[in-house]
Amino acid sequence: MNGRHVDATVPARTLLVDFLRDTLGLTGAHIGCDTAQCGACTVHLDGRAVKSCNLLAVQADGASVVTIEGLTAADGAMHPMQAAFRDHHGLQCGYCTPGMVMSALDLVRRDPAPTRDHIREALEGNLCRCTGYQNIVAAVEAGAQAMRTAG
Amino acid sequence: MYAFEHLRATDPADAVAKFSQADDARYLAGGQTLLAAMKLRLAAPACLIDLQRIAALRGIAADTAALTVGAMATHAEVAASPVVCDTIPALAKLAAGIGDPMVRNVGTLGGSVANDDPAADYPAAVLALDAAVHTDRRVIAADAFFTGLYETALAPGELITAVRFPIPQQAAYVKFPNPASRYALVGVFVARHAAGVRVAVTGAGASGVFRVPAFEAALAARFAPDAIDGLGVDPAALASDLHASAEYRAHLVGVIARRAVAAALA
Repeated sequence: MNGRHVDATVPARTLLVDFLRDTLGLTGAHIGCDTAQCGACTVHLDGRAVKSCNLLAVQADGASVVTIEGLTAADGAMHPMQAAFRDHHGLQCGYCTPGMVMSALDLVRRDPAPTRDHIREALEGNLCRCTGYQNIVAAVEAGAQAMRTAG
Repeated sequence: MYAFEHLRATDPADAVAKFSQADDARYLAGGQTLLAAMKLRLAAPACLIDLQRIAALRGIAADTAALTVGAMATHAEVAASPVVCDTIPALAKLAAGIGDPMVRNVGTLGGSVANDDPAADYPAAVLALDAAVHTDRRVIAADAFFTGLYETALAPGELITAVRFPIPQQAAYVKFPNPASRYALVGVFVARHAAGVRVAVTGAGASGVFRVPAFEAALAARFAPDAIDGLGVDPAALASDLHASAEYRAHLVGVIARRAVAAALA
């Protein structure tokens, strides 16, 4: 869990997002729709973006999970993708932002230099109820660029 | 969701044994449909048998005649697989268009085929490619597999282990997605085999995925988009709901089928 070993016993029906938020206190993964449509709960499971509201905690047993909290450097510095969202005003209310960032990083893993069209496709599973998509796309493009520059 | 027992299966035989010993069990593949249904209490199994750690259900391999995809291969794995892209690129493209990236990272071929959602994408590929569904106990031909809405020829506890897709000469899948859900309002998979052409339609049928023999005969005679001009499907056999009338779906079947033929030729 964000690089830390966690042992826990949970009821089988516990959703991963509830385990993250209620047991571990990691509230960055948001419960938006609770029906696996909005993507606000997106986290990485073994490096792949998944919707933590549509996964059991037991399905993550033995896996590596990274949440938005796990992106920040030890010195508190933002991840380049987070910084790009700030710099490009890629958020309005901010509710969808953690999921957007986690999905953006899954995209960059697959395509380090995505086009704007590819960014829009890759964010298909993330809804912004403020409809601020324009700046989100710009932020992902800039974040990918910053990650390429940083190597 | 209601409480249930969670059991991990170590291999296919163990999964089937656990299923037979449990009362009211369901297999858990990726869970992208099942868990959502359980949250809504549309499904409430007493026991989930988790297939995640069964290595024998994974893997993608091809020989000269066919592509075999393990039941637990995720949509993302199929979409990105060089083996799939080399042998049946239309199948990789289909997998790349299921749901959204997060769903594709978890959802599986076996789960989708077993669930047989009338608007799912994979059933069209299985039917048009004349695939064989391999289970723990037998091989089921595509034409015998899909039996109705969310219904298949699988017996209770029967476990899909892999799907073997014969490699076609040309193939393409085109879907017209519902703008909100992105499920196929109409999806058409066209496959040209040495033995003939098969056309399968998902999203539109009142009783699930179906073939269009009139299109197949016309395309076998001449494989070109305009070969099916003037042919159509009967709206009486199609679904009609708030998303689209049966007549609109019937119109779309022709339009999308022509686009699929054009894509297969491209």
